[in-house]
Amino acid sequence: MMGYVLAVAGMRDGKNVTYLPAYGAEVRGGTANCTVAIADEEIASPVASSPEFVVVMNKPSLSRFQNVIQSGGGLFINSSMVDTRPVRGDIEIFEVPANDLAKDLGNGRLTNMIMLGAFVRKTGMASLGTTEQAVQEIFEEKGKSIVKQNKRALKAGYDYMG
Amino acid sequence: MRGNHVIGEAAIRAGCHFYAGYPITPQNELTEYMAARLSEVKDGVFIQAESELAAINMVMGASMAGTRAMTSSSGPGISLKQESISFLSAMELPAVIVNISRGGPGLGNIAPSQSDYFQATRGGGHGDYRNIVLAPNSVQELADLTMRAFDLADKYRTPVLILGDGMLGQMMEPVEFLDPKKPGKPVSKEWTLTGANGRPSRIIRSLLLDPTVEEEHNWKLVRKYERIIHKETLVEDFLLGDSTMAVIAFGTAARITKGAILRAREQNIKVGMIRPITLWPFPSKAIQEISKIIKHFLVFELNTGQMIDDVRLSLEGRGEVHFYGRPGGIIPTPLEVSRVIASQYYQKRLG
Amino acid sequence: MKKVFSRPKSLKNNPFHYCPGCGHSILHRIIGEVIDEMGLQEIAIGVPPAGCAVLAYNYFDIDMGEAPHGRGAAVATGLKRALPNRLVFTYQGDGDIAAIGTAETIHAANRGENITAIFVNNAVYGMTGGQMAPTTLPGQKTTTSPGGRTEVAHGHPMNLSEMLALASGSVYIVRTAVSSTSNILKTKKAVAKAFQVQLSGMGFSLVEVLSPCGTNWKMIPTEACHWIEESMVKCYPLGVIKDITGGRKSAD
Repeated sequence: MMGYVLAVAGMRDGKNVTYLPAYGAEVRGGTANCTVAIADEEIASPVASSPEFVVVMNKPSLSRFQNVIQSGGGLFINSSMVDTRPVRGDIEIFEVPANDLAKDLGNGRLTNMIMLGAFVRKTGMASLGTTEQAVQEIFEEKGKSIVKQNKRALKAGYDYMG
Repeated sequence: MRGNHVIGEAAIRAGCHFYAGYPITPQNELTEYMAARLSEVKDGVFIQAESELAAINMVMGASMAGTRAMTSSSGPGISLKQESISFLSAMELPAVIVNISRGGPGLGNIAPSQSDYFQATRGGGHGDYRNIVLAPNSVQELADLTMRAFDLADKYRTPVLILGDGMLGQMMEPVEFLDPKKPGKPVSKEWTLTGANGRPSRIIRSLLLDPTVEEEHNWKLVRKYERIIHKETLVEDFLLGDSTMAVIAFGTAARITKGAILRAREQNIKVGMIRPITLWPFPSKAIQEISKIIKHFLVFELNTGQMIDDVRLSLEGRGEVHFYGRPGGIIPTPLEVSRVIASQYYQKRLG
Repeated sequence: MKKVFSRPKSLKNNPFHYCPGCGHSILHRIIGEVIDEMGLQEIAIGVPPAGCAVLAYNYFDIDMGEAPHGRGAAVATGLKRALPNRLVFTYQGDGDIAAIGTAETIHAANRGENITAIFVNNAVYGMTGGQMAPTTLPGQKTTTSPGGRTEVAHGHPMNLSEMLALASGSVYIVRTAVSSTSNILKTKKAVAKAFQVQLSGMGFSLVEVLSPCGTNWKMIPTEACHWIEESMVKCYPLGVIKDITGGRKSAD
């Protein structure tokens, strides 16, 4: 959902976007992942062998994806869930205690929007405004309260990086 | 929207009223979309069949009744459908069949691959027939070509295959749907089985025991195929103007190639691309024309070399053909392909 | 002079190609009469199988669409779902419905597809030259069971109709024969009832017809009819196997 919101936000910013989920044999709590490409030019391949940024929500994902990041890129870690850190020195690391922040907001399921808020603030891949707009669009059918909670989470992550 | 959903939505907008399918990754979202969406369409029918065999035969029945009908699957399931694709061709019944293909042979894997090129373009089933095969390379084209598939199927009374892959089916991109010229309006069909009410009874069959009758039927199909070759071949060319080398690729591979060519051009490598959009009919004429100017071709496929046969047949020796391919569901990056382009380009001293 | 016997309107004026004494000719006529009497010629769509009866469309003067071998129930499902107010029936042999098409048939019955299957059981593959069928009797000699069918080597005869009766979506399943005048009349009644079940929107109906194949059984027609009544009925008892027409409301 995090990647999907980001892709929609990129689209609303007038960029070319692709969103490619990993499908098939992924399990909850495992290394389910997706790839989002946002570009001014046409996107040749939605597959990224060396992405600029990676967001990891759990420990298995950190071990799987830490080494694919481009040198000089960025890694966002959900520090509530991941207690180890990569040994690479050529990337910038951003720690976000997403589960703790979500608990403060009173809903443990908001971690992904918190991470996304932190992500857009640091990377500028999409503005907060269009990301909020994307949340509005995507969660609208689930009700006003869901939209509100997700926007709050987005803002909390955004502010945490401030 | 997600590619698989886009195919479903485009089908509905093209007037598809009947879908039968069986779950297989990576096309399940299409089946699920049709289940939800056809329930909103008046007289829409969705059936989760007991097998891919049953699914395509249900489509055959609906097609006999004059309904726009579709089924979808992936490699292994498409293999099961081949018997009936042969029957559909023989009985001249329209149908749209979607293959969101995966790595093979056998169960293979669920990663994107182009290993079903032969199966799609050579008919796949028994007997002397051809299918129209459309090869989209973006989510937008999934929409456009799906709508076109229904029109072609009705126009020529023939099954039309859409050959995508797991990447196209799973990825999300922005999409705009064309307004179909006649949304949902059935074309005039003088051959459907609707009951012999106020007209003589009709037969739809493929059994032609008399060899002279079967031969005439075969030639009739050939004349139809020649009309299709003449009128419906689609090809895109990309930056060929000043090129001394052309990459030939379709679908996902073509998309990667575009990125590779743009990289190569940053190094002043004069390379362009020919992208067959219809795999059958194959754009042989276009390739022959281009071969008057460009003599070096690199075929890039996500398999071990299938379309390259058609390229060679098209060129009839008028050009040098090289191949780069990755099978098994590996997706090379534009960088990797640009390096292959560069090495060919400099080895052949085309710069 | 008053005409008391003539060709049914829904049969074409083509002489049957079937062997002398073959049950298909009798059954075609029965179905033709029922279609005439119920006034269904304009709404009936038949799905013939692969096998001897594939040529049924040369005889029935109704719309007919051929199905690949065994896929009759699936093709009929597509036709009927697209055209719910037509009468759609399949005409299938034992190899077609009880071997290669078992899955399609069981699932169509279980979904309660509102179609009718006419299942012609003659205990052999006729058109291909008398090979063993799923319904071949124990001890019966065929070209692929030359020493006679044994349960160990070839398995047991298949009672498909009884199996289909277990499916929740089947409504009317009956086994008849065309081996005698009284059995022929019962077959006609059964076909008429099966069509009625479909027209009332109740669900899946099937008429299994034990039918002589003198050519492949190597019998003259009277012997063949006798064999049905002496031997086949022991394995495939005649009569209604399932009838819940009284217990289920019409879908309309």
